[in-house]
Amino acid sequence: MSADPKVFLMGEEITKGLLEKYGPERVLDTPITEAGFTGIGVGAAYYGLKPVVEFMTFNFSMQAIDHIINSAAKSNYMSAGQINVPIVFRGPNGAAAGVGAQHSQCYASWYGSVPGLKVLSPYSSEDARGLLKAAIRDPDPVVFLENELLYGESFPVSDEVLDSSFCLPIGKAKIERAGKDVTITAFSKMVGHALKAAELLEKDGIDAEVINLRSIRPLDRSTINASVRKTNRLVTVEEGFPQHGVGAEICSSSASVVEESFGYLDAPVERVAGADVPMPYAANLERMAVPQIEDIVRAAKRACYRSVALAAAA
Amino acid sequence: MSAAFSTAKFATQPFPLNTTSPRSHDKPLFDPLKIPTCSSPFLGSTGKLRLSSSSKLNLHRRSGAVVAVSDVVKEKKSKSTPNLLITKEEGLVLYEDMVLGRAFEDMCAQMYYRGKMFGFVHLYNGQEAVSTGFIKLLKKEDSVVSTYRDHVHALSKGVPAREVMSELFGKTTGCCRGQGGSMHMFSSEHNLLGGFAFIGEGIPVATGAAFSSKYRREVLKQADCDHVTLAFFGDGTCNNGQFFECLNMAALWKLPIIFVVENNLWAIGMSHLRATSDPQIYKKGPAFGMPGIHVDGMDVLKVREVAKEAIGRARRGEGPTLVECETYRFRGHSLADPDELRDPAEKAHYAARDPITALKKYMIENSLASEAELKAIDKKIDEVVEDAVEFADESPLPQRSQLLENVFADPKGFGIGPDGRYRCEDPKFTEGTAHV
Repeated sequence: MSADPKVFLMGEEITKGLLEKYGPERVLDTPITEAGFTGIGVGAAYYGLKPVVEFMTFNFSMQAIDHIINSAAKSNYMSAGQINVPIVFRGPNGAAAGVGAQHSQCYASWYGSVPGLKVLSPYSSEDARGLLKAAIRDPDPVVFLENELLYGESFPVSDEVLDSSFCLPIGKAKIERAGKDVTITAFSKMVGHALKAAELLEKDGIDAEVINLRSIRPLDRSTINASVRKTNRLVTVEEGFPQHGVGAEICSSSASVVEESFGYLDAPVERVAGADVPMPYAANLERMAVPQIEDIVRAAKRACYRSVALAAAA
Repeated sequence: MSAAFSTAKFATQPFPLNTTSPRSHDKPLFDPLKIPTCSSPFLGSTGKLRLSSSSKLNLHRRSGAVVAVSDVVKEKKSKSTPNLLITKEEGLVLYEDMVLGRAFEDMCAQMYYRGKMFGFVHLYNGQEAVSTGFIKLLKKEDSVVSTYRDHVHALSKGVPAREVMSELFGKTTGCCRGQGGSMHMFSSEHNLLGGFAFIGEGIPVATGAAFSSKYRREVLKQADCDHVTLAFFGDGTCNNGQFFECLNMAALWKLPIIFVVENNLWAIGMSHLRATSDPQIYKKGPAFGMPGIHVDGMDVLKVREVAKEAIGRARRGEGPTLVECETYRFRGHSLADPDELRDPAEKAHYAARDPITALKKYMIENSLASEAELKAIDKKIDEVVEDAVEFADESPLPQRSQLLENVFADPKGFGIGPDGRYRCEDPKFTEGTAHV
């Protein structure tokens, strides 16, 4: 925001610190009108500004999805490149805690299926800083899926990340943990789960490689494929619904793992996803509906042909 | 709602809306006995409904301080000084633009039936006074946001007829290289920010463009940025939430925008009177703290007078205005619509009020132009439209390689391929397949 005065933020009850720093002209507190203010953001982007539209959570983006898809994602194409839409839609995504079905959902695969959108999902502070800067600088509409439960977590940050020039490329995944036995892909909060699962797997002699996707669209097929060719086994993890999910995209059809690296696979791809139900309210059911660390461990062991009882690897 | 909100620019006196006096000088089409309390300007096909809606209106008429203004005031003003409304040059510009809109759309119908264009094609015939009356007052930097009925708005804004016709033919010389189509006309050069195919979708986008003007002036300190935005939409849209959301925010932030309702009385096949609790749309302006004006949308000079005030207000930074133009489309909703729902008497009534004929009459009666001069314009426009068709017909279809262009402003958005390089860097990327 300090680098480019065309950048402004709008949304409901938005960040107090930024409001104090940049003032109400650049940090707009809007009425509760998602369709209206999202469309206004898109219109401002048509007309030369760089809005950052904040949703209180991505569940509310449903009220405005017409503008995200029809007005933002398609305009560059429909106008044959005359009108690009440099806008960022950001907010918490995914399962929150105890808020029921309408407020707990992952939209990665929804937005990931739309041509013209870029979809990013940070895990750590490094990701958040580097990817958000890339998103704001990008000339196209970017959906930036954060996670409410990660806001409360802290991560170690290097000096490089704190440098004002730090930025991450869109479309590149990060290998969070190198390993040789099985590849685990994840994004957002599930990266943390995957890393913890990898620690547990290590105790059983399984060396897991954890890929933090960072970018849902474009998807870094190159990094995924290289990893699968090395480990010969793949587990995909996501909080979203299983059917047509990010994991489905990674392992099938155009997502190239089956296409490009099928011959390298030594086991069927394992997909760990949220349960195929609207999010239940009851805490015990809710826990069952989102992937847990032990689910990832089990899936990885299956991929390595190890039963829970630790049979020898094939 | 306080009466302190000034509409002095529009009315010399606060004008209490009074449905017992007609809002326009037209003779009611229907037997007045059928409409004992109101000669409503809304001549829908269903007299019964009109009765019920007018009785409802009376319930709302409690307060004397109504800020909305109907066109009666304007009419009084205009009667006294008819010759000052336009100069000869202005009149000729208006006439030419309206004739172009009409001739272009008539040609579209022909070309559609000949299979030269396809899909949904919505024609503007009958509504020309609105597009011309408003858009011809704009500067190039001002923006227009339209709907699926957008060809004529594009033409009025200055997009060449050749480019619009070519777009409709799906040719690469079209204003969007054939990627937009009938309902999605864009021109960054002319600040036409799109035709939007869904009801209400264009309103927030237009409001955002207006927001940008204000932001440029106040935050980016571009003091000379006085650009205004026109948002065009229909009566059906005024029942959609985005309309209300944006009236609120535009007034709240005092944005330089004019909400132009092209009330053609029919939302596809739904009569406005049957769909809307209070059919007087302009009254919704004051509810949000902005002036609301009703104007005869079949009279380009009246539209222009109202537009001039509203655009001036926006340019001076005095905020938004809601203008309801009562108009009529002479054809069905789209060329695919058999148009069987509208009463032939209603159609005939409005056909007799053709805005082009009316302007022609006005200009000749007031010696602003001779019959021959206007005929010369008709002929010139026929040639322009013929030329547009020839141009479109001869233009090439988009190449296969165009399929994957413009999905992203930055084609790296297609991501990195299995070979580790950006897919867009592969020379064969756009040649072989859409498979990415």
